[in-house]
Amino acid sequence: MRNIIAFPVLGLAVILQTSVIGRINLISGYADLPLILLSAWALQERVKSSWHWTATICLMLGFVSALPWPVVVVGYCGVVFVAQILQKRIWQAPLLAMFSVVFIGTLFMHLLSFAVLRISGTPFLFSDVMGLITLPSLLLNMLFSIPIYTFIRDLAVWVYPEEQYE
Amino acid sequence: MNSRSLQTTIIFLVVGGILALSLGGFFGTASRQVGSVLIEIQTWFSSRFIGLQDFMTAPRDIVSLRMRNTELETQVSQLQTQVIELQQRVNETEILAALVNFSRSNPESTYKAAAVIGRDPSPFLHYIIINRGSNDDIQRGMPVVTNQGLVGRIDAVIADAARVQLITDPASSINVYLQNAETNAVALGSVTGDVSLDMISQNTVVESGDLILTSGLGGGYPSDLIIGQVVTLRTLEYELFQEATVQLALDFSRLDIVLVITNFRPVNITPLEPLPSP
Repeated sequence: MRNIIAFPVLGLAVILQTSVIGRINLISGYADLPLILLSAWALQERVKSSWHWTATICLMLGFVSALPWPVVVVGYCGVVFVAQILQKRIWQAPLLAMFSVVFIGTLFMHLLSFAVLRISGTPFLFSDVMGLITLPSLLLNMLFSIPIYTFIRDLAVWVYPEEQYE
Repeated sequence: MNSRSLQTTIIFLVVGGILALSLGGFFGTASRQVGSVLIEIQTWFSSRFIGLQDFMTAPRDIVSLRMRNTELETQVSQLQTQVIELQQRVNETEILAALVNFSRSNPESTYKAAAVIGRDPSPFLHYIIINRGSNDDIQRGMPVVTNQGLVGRIDAVIADAARVQLITDPASSINVYLQNAETNAVALGSVTGDVSLDMISQNTVVESGDLILTSGLGGGYPSDLIIGQVVTLRTLEYELFQEATVQLALDFSRLDIVLVITNFRPVNITPLEPLPSP
């Protein structure tokens, strides 16, 4: 029942992303709150609903964003997939895992967006995209990682209490 | 009266007489010097006493002052909040007044005002989200403007909101007209949010400051909407066209309220475009 928390949390994340985070620019890049949120959620050992959260966020973002929806779906599923792999391997250093997932996830998401938009006819230059969008976004995502990870860890403890987990 | 009390009386009378005479100024310089010494002594004692009094009563004053300071700080913060709220209302009113003036000065179009409530979550795209949708008769393709110039056009619509593609979006291209040079060009968006002009004929003389308006060609936008001014021109002999950088008329980072032109229907000219030969 506590899993229903996903809807307000993810809804709030999308609202914050479009109304606040999207206005905090570093050059032309900005942080990707849903990506960080999903990474942190998927990295929690006790969490079993990562894919549900992914589907929900893809639905919301596919609806809001002008980005082609396959990019959103493949991108966020890729991020969660990487997070789940790393969660099993680097479980003793969760923050390191978080940084790794956010780093790989941001690069993957941006490369995918770049490729699909380029194929669909938008005249992007790779060097411009890397320098003006991807690297600043990467830095902002890393900065946001720590507080969001802490929040999500507490949320995971609340949603999946220890006794229920064991 | 015994001799002892008589002696005391005489001493009092003598000292009192001297004092009266000195205060009356009969002793001249001597009395002034004595007076100044007395005043200095008086001052010294007075200042020390006041210092001591301050020291003794200070704790009580500090507590009361701190309380008063806290009260005043609270009042100041409340007033600052009020000032910010009022300033915000003034700004909104100014924007709305400017938009009303703009719509009055362009009576051929009908407008619907909308507030900007968000931006696209992807940094690759320059789109905004407005709080008007199909319930307000907003349709895909309608141009969006402010009193300062063209903003973009409606890209997608739901019941109570719509997504607007800005003219700064990398995928945006608009047919424009350079007013002074009297020539057509294409305004292109970019990753950085800047707009540049392309397809300017090599024979055309374009000067810095030339006004850029929509030409209406292609049917995507109405004509004569302001986009900006030419800043610099780049001419390379080996290229077919000249390019120019544009100073936009509008600050896209501070978009709050926009107007949707609701009586404009974009023309789809795709069926008229020649098919590529096999």
